[in-house]
Amino acid sequence: MTAHGASAAGGARPGGGAAPAEPGAGLPERSAVAWRRPVDAGALRARERLWTLSTAAYSVPFVATAGILVGVEPGLAPIAALSLAHAWGIPELHANRGAKVVRPRRRRDEAAEATALGLLGDLLGHEARELHARTGLVLERARLGVWLVGEAGALLVRPGGRRAHCWCVRVEDPSLPSADRIAHLLLALREDETGFATVANLAFSGATWRVRRRLPEAMRPALAAAVQASRA
Amino acid sequence: MARLVRMDRTGHTTLAEWTGADDAAFAAASAAFREQLEAGYYAVVSEGEGQARQVTALPADAPLVILRRPIAGG
Repeated sequence: MTAHGASAAGGARPGGGAAPAEPGAGLPERSAVAWRRPVDAGALRARERLWTLSTAAYSVPFVATAGILVGVEPGLAPIAALSLAHAWGIPELHANRGAKVVRPRRRRDEAAEATALGLLGDLLGHEARELHARTGLVLERARLGVWLVGEAGALLVRPGGRRAHCWCVRVEDPSLPSADRIAHLLLALREDETGFATVANLAFSGATWRVRRRLPEAMRPALAAAVQASRA
Repeated sequence: MARLVRMDRTGHTTLAEWTGADDAAFAAASAAFREQLEAGYYAVVSEGEGQARQVTALPADAPLVILRRPIAGG
């Protein structure tokens, strides 16, 4: 018998490499959201424009209102200030929703966490492993930009570092340890970046500095590293 | 020694191990592999930093095959 008797065993023949699921099919989870346009660089740029427009649509009326109030009656300055606070606060609320996607969840089983961390560590280089140990986020360079992968979502820092996209995406098994949840997302991202972004739900797209303000302090060095990597 | 591991609530579980010279071990690993795919897992071979590939047949020459659950937008 040849080594492994592959056909009988249902395995791939040695030297022939692994059998891909369907060549070019990408992430299998894409079939669950088949109606979505694949999120490639062009689609991302379109979303960026849309988010900028919607932010302006929320904020500009409040700024204009403040200007009109002060122009008509300077005594209405306190009301104008409230209006400006709304103009500032609404994008901040959106950024807060975006930053939430990577906030850490409650740990359950420390032994399982340690085991999962070992596997995740095997998937990472030294630099990414060290950053994860400090911040809880895994930095991954890809075509669309630099990703920071968390337990239930990922941030994408676009080339240049000025804009970040916050994606809500998770593995459908809440019993998994934190590092395993990250490993799930990381492997899916590495399989098919466009598919990953297509399956994920966009929670926020906007200025990186807005996201940074809303991240837990321990995670901010990861964002700084992603911004730096996106400029390299 | 190549390994087939499943990410689960324990961190991960090694379901099978095999070597290039052990047909029986590879056949057992392939059977375990198919069983997990039928249970809804996806199999991924890590190909170094930044690269991974989904597989539907157990690759004999991969040192590590990881079984993962589907992901979805939250």
